[in-house]
Amino acid sequence: MKRHLVSAADLSRDDALLVLDTAEELAQLSGRAVKKLPTLRGRTVVNLFFEDSTRTKTSFEVAEKRLSADVINFSAKGSSVSKGESLKDTALTLQAMGADAVVIRHHASGAPARLAQSDWLHGSVINAGDGTHEHPTQALLDAFTMRRHLNPGSGKDLAGRRVTIVGDILHSRVARSNVHLLTTLGAQVTFVAPPTLLPIGIEQWPCEISYDLDSVLPKTDALMMLRVQRERMNAAFFPTEREYSRRYGLDGVRMAQLPEHAIVMHPGPMVRGMEITAEVADSPRCTVVEQVANGVSVRMAVLYLLLGGAVFADGPTEPARTDSVETAQ
Amino acid sequence: MTSYLIRNAKILGGAPQDLHLADGVIKEIGTGLAVEADIEIDATGMIVLPGLVDLHTHLREPGREDAETVLTGTQAAAMGGFTAVHAMANTTPVADTAGVVEQVWRLGQEAGYCDVQPVGAVTVGLGGKKLAELGAMHESAAGVRVFSDDGKCVDDAVLMRRALEYVKAFDGVVAQHAQEPRLTEGAQMNEGQVSGELGLGGWPAVAEESIIARDVLLSAHVGSRLHVCHVSTAGSVEIIRWAKGKGWDVTAEVTPHHLLLTDELVRSYDPVYKVNPPLRTAEDVQALRKALADGTIDAVATDHAPHPAEDKDCEWAVAAMGMVGLETALSVVQQTMVDTGLLNWEGVADRMSHRPARIGRLTGHGRPVSVGEPANLVLFDPAYRGAVNPDSFATRSRNTPYRGMDLPGRVHATFLRGRATVLAGELAERDGLV
Repeated sequence: MKRHLVSAADLSRDDALLVLDTAEELAQLSGRAVKKLPTLRGRTVVNLFFEDSTRTKTSFEVAEKRLSADVINFSAKGSSVSKGESLKDTALTLQAMGADAVVIRHHASGAPARLAQSDWLHGSVINAGDGTHEHPTQALLDAFTMRRHLNPGSGKDLAGRRVTIVGDILHSRVARSNVHLLTTLGAQVTFVAPPTLLPIGIEQWPCEISYDLDSVLPKTDALMMLRVQRERMNAAFFPTEREYSRRYGLDGVRMAQLPEHAIVMHPGPMVRGMEITAEVADSPRCTVVEQVANGVSVRMAVLYLLLGGAVFADGPTEPARTDSVETAQ
Repeated sequence: MTSYLIRNAKILGGAPQDLHLADGVIKEIGTGLAVEADIEIDATGMIVLPGLVDLHTHLREPGREDAETVLTGTQAAAMGGFTAVHAMANTTPVADTAGVVEQVWRLGQEAGYCDVQPVGAVTVGLGGKKLAELGAMHESAAGVRVFSDDGKCVDDAVLMRRALEYVKAFDGVVAQHAQEPRLTEGAQMNEGQVSGELGLGGWPAVAEESIIARDVLLSAHVGSRLHVCHVSTAGSVEIIRWAKGKGWDVTAEVTPHHLLLTDELVRSYDPVYKVNPPLRTAEDVQALRKALADGTIDAVATDHAPHPAEDKDCEWAVAAMGMVGLETALSVVQQTMVDTGLLNWEGVADRMSHRPARIGRLTGHGRPVSVGEPANLVLFDPAYRGAVNPDSFATRSRNTPYRGMDLPGRVHATFLRGRATVLAGELAERDGLV
């Protein structure tokens, strides 16, 4: 594997399977009373968040703590970043403090790529979501979840599985990372959205495009609903929330068109009543909560593999602290 | 005044001849000239062109002297073979009054490396709401004839119409930065395959083309001169070709970087490639080269846009737009136009000196290389090959996209009215100029 995880396109098929298989082994820990491994003891991981993200940040933090890393949360709010400090100076500061890895969430597309390519920082850079570009660990947890349901087992990929992603593809970093990773793993991806929410040039992407959700549902093994942010309303991407919901939202009637084995996914946070009804969100086919748990396992695997930690199969050697974050969503 | 004898230089790429420069003019041209001169230059293999004229630079003074001053900007111009540059109006304060344009003009005169012809703002403060005092700027010592809100588009159709009409009274021209503002809100790069993958806001070609289409129609309607700044798309070329075919008085420029670079470079997210209009596709590059070759595009203009390091050493979204270009322009044109066989040196002289001088109505520049003409000349060595080293630049800024790139050719000497501003590839001492 490369030293950084900036884009899901950085992962070869072997890399991706290694992450998923490693995550599968690490996931067994979460069933134990003591969930902690000493693997990253003495290593420093910085969570550098320029954008609010309780869910992703918490997930990374749990993963880091379960691997016994020293965790530093560097939030843009209330720090010198909000006083105009540049990304470069922030990076140099973290480097001087000895960060072994930096998990970065940034509102600007490409900010993690800049960090990874610069000589500002020597540690691994892990992209936790950059602008409308990518969110590779989200794609990994999605693939992990799909594999468990659709083709379980170590070393297995997603060959031939049909994944449909519905919603605001134009602004979605989840969609961009997923199309890279899922096609690497052999899945067939279909994007469904109104034409206004698809990027120019998408015909060249390795996926199918449809404007009609109903026609795609019977041919879907995993259906991923993306959130549509309310601010898109004012930019004429679609006429009204209700019209969007009628044409592209998932309700019980539509869900019934899916094959019986198909799962319904959502990266969260869900807007119930907009892209997904409560009936679907609360149904047993919906994997949203499972995805959150899988996110921790996958992020543990990424940190473990990038930081080249010791053999983890020995099992926990020290008691886990009772961090309240472990119960967070 | 120092006199020069240039031996065996190829005027516009022709057969080798000698040139004798004295008293600010070309005294004599011939083979084996037997004249005494203070300095003799062996120019075997070198090309003589008329001093280059740039319709589009940002010299940043007044206001952003940390990026560039008129002195350092004109030194960079001289190093690039230019003897006249137009300085855009987006300074602080904006060059929208006679006072500011005169100040910029005088700074150029004092610097002495290159004539500086200020461009006046079309609207007050580049605000796009109210015409600036165009007549006053024309009547000032700066004698402004080119007006532009460059960096911003005069998008109000009525205001654009009035500006085009008004400057007819003193043979002026409006140089439009064609960018439909609503279509480019949040734009970060060319909208296309690459922007979609990178998740960067798109700057669609139609935002440029729709304004150009409107403006050529307006210019025809009111019978005025229109100049289109930094044309960047194949579609824009088609519209300009159509307008010229109608006989309308429309001219256009292209930058060196749009002749060479494409939006694929943005995949690095390195803001050194962030520029407005953005780098486009390989198809656009080919169309622009062809248009420059057939004369649809009249001129090469650098859009030299210096920025301090901190404005580029950051994430893409917050980085400043623009590239320095004066010191690499002729090399890029050699690589993209001459070495490809699209344009000969006569053509280069036309697109980089004669035509831009004519568009700007500069009488002392863009003249033929012949006896009795002012000695505004550049001596260029096309055989040179070397990597671009920004640390050797005369400009105060280093934001070049060509760092480390092998580009052909090098300016050996530049003469401004018979004085060498550059000699043997080195900038002349300022005291030696005045």
